[in-house]
Amino acid sequence: MGASPDVSTTLAGLELSAPVLAASGTFGSGREAAELVDLSTLGGVIVKSMTLAPWKGKATPRMCETPSGMLNAIGIQNKGVDHFIAEELPWLRKQDVTVIASIAGNTVEEFVQVAGKLRTGGRGVAAIEINISCPNLEDRDNMFAHATGPAAAVVAGVRKSIPKLPLFPKLSPNVTSIAEIAGAVLEAGADGLSLINTVFGMSIDVETRRPQLAGGVGGLSGPAIRPIAVRAVHEVHTAFPEVPIIGQGGVASADDALEMLVAGASAIAVGTANFVNPRSIPEIIEGLRAYMRARGIDSLQDIIGSLKHHD
Amino acid sequence: MMRMSSGEILSHKKYGDAFHSLTIVAPDIGERVVPGQFINVRCGRDRSFILRRPFSVYRVHKRGGWASTIEIVFDLRGPGTRYLSELRSHSIVDLMGPLGRGFTLPKNRAHCLLVGGGIGAAPLFFLADELRNDGHRVDVILGARSSRLLLNPIDVRRLASVYRITTDDGTAGQKGRVTDALSEMIDRCESDVVYTCGPHPMLAAVAGVCADKKVPVQVAVEELMGCGFGVCMTCVIPVRPGKSRRGNAAEISYQRSCTDGPVFNGASVVWDGATEIVSSGQSELSPGGTPARQGVVVDSTGEHAPPGN
Repeated sequence: MGASPDVSTTLAGLELSAPVLAASGTFGSGREAAELVDLSTLGGVIVKSMTLAPWKGKATPRMCETPSGMLNAIGIQNKGVDHFIAEELPWLRKQDVTVIASIAGNTVEEFVQVAGKLRTGGRGVAAIEINISCPNLEDRDNMFAHATGPAAAVVAGVRKSIPKLPLFPKLSPNVTSIAEIAGAVLEAGADGLSLINTVFGMSIDVETRRPQLAGGVGGLSGPAIRPIAVRAVHEVHTAFPEVPIIGQGGVASADDALEMLVAGASAIAVGTANFVNPRSIPEIIEGLRAYMRARGIDSLQDIIGSLKHHD
Repeated sequence: MMRMSSGEILSHKKYGDAFHSLTIVAPDIGERVVPGQFINVRCGRDRSFILRRPFSVYRVHKRGGWASTIEIVFDLRGPGTRYLSELRSHSIVDLMGPLGRGFTLPKNRAHCLLVGGGIGAAPLFFLADELRNDGHRVDVILGARSSRLLLNPIDVRRLASVYRITTDDGTAGQKGRVTDALSEMIDRCESDVVYTCGPHPMLAAVAGVCADKKVPVQVAVEELMGCGFGVCMTCVIPVRPGKSRRGNAAEISYQRSCTDGPVFNGASVVWDGATEIVSSGQSELSPGGTPARQGVVVDSTGEHAPPGN
């Protein structure tokens, strides 16, 4: 048996020893999961989205299970960026893990201010994921992610505020053309892309005829959305082959992760699967190595974007 | 690392015609779990339903390090509990736990009143065993909608100094709710503390009576859970902590029942609006099985949260 295959990858200058990260909102700040999984075995942690002031989140029920997935309407309950910098980040810095901070807000200015706080107090943060699947207070609560102008405005503002760290806006699949949104945020200064956020969905209790979620509609995640995510990665990678993509959406196994890589993702984030098995990520990384070993593939880079087309 | 293990099914039996019981050889959990804590069980590898199902621990039999068993009880509500009901001896199950914060036991010898409703009464049996081992007096009110939904009333008679059974339809014990018997039992048993678990509206009512009687009450809440270890923020419950050091009433916050609970001080929980039980198909995602919808009791001014995340 030869040397262990090289599963390292690069995201806009950010080097990862392994290509599988924890997706935002499914791993807290990493601290909660540290009792269940060795953080140093992960490619990195994209922490729960943080906002300028603490957000309390939505009423319950916030979640319901659906075929091969789940719907959630949590509402980004978080203690705010100041709490992250004061309480979570010092602990994270002591861990042997790459930290990507996810930021959220209701106005461009809120995103800019959160980014500014991370620029000054965020030592240890390796990159920023921008959660633009947030209602825009200045545009009748339409999602920033759903139109090129607002999406680009957030990214441009954050770019100005935090010039050095790689920026990964997380795009919503709930749009007509995700490649068009991708083009707009890249133009605005994004270094790479996170694809995809949850898919809008709804489930109804037929006894009470109320939505299962208190919030009415929610975001669908889990294996149910994986084909949608793979398609989005493929579409955007085809349009922008040089842009690094963090592929996410329903990945729960090494084969799932490989689909993302072949479609063009340079790294993968695992979300809902962490709830079921907090050790999914190291298991997937080991599965990638086994796949490569069995086929004599030395470098992960030979897999990324290697999709073959039917004749 | 901690809290991830597998267990071997020792036995599968039934209590009455409604409840299944699984006794699982799980020494890692059995040696550490305290009453009120729960385990999160992976119900097979079927990808059509993916989440683990949480269960409070009903009984523990410590057998010295290598063979301790835990027992869970459940009724059939959906695909997860159906999967578990088909397991037989020697099957292996994937377990996470013990999880959450359990009940706090009294420091000095005390009269403890345990109030359980339906399948939610499960953790109170483990609690009763531990309280009695510590020399406390245990009294019990056990209630359910109907006699067939009373959890192991025979055992209640054995372990309680004084007990009362209530059913909504009068098919066993006193006709009515557990709260109809609560005030009188607190007086009669000179209860120092009340421990309760059951449907959310029942917990609200019990907490209300205990507030009136000025008796401390610990509630084990039932909320839908996604992860069970504190990251998904699904199982939150509105809590108003006690007064701060500056003497101001602290602000209401949503706390996680999986890691901050499931046991809370009943006087701190904000119970308003929590009356409508969620659909039974979803309810097997809670440790007891009868969570309720909670209206927006927290004022989220200025915060426009997205549907997802």
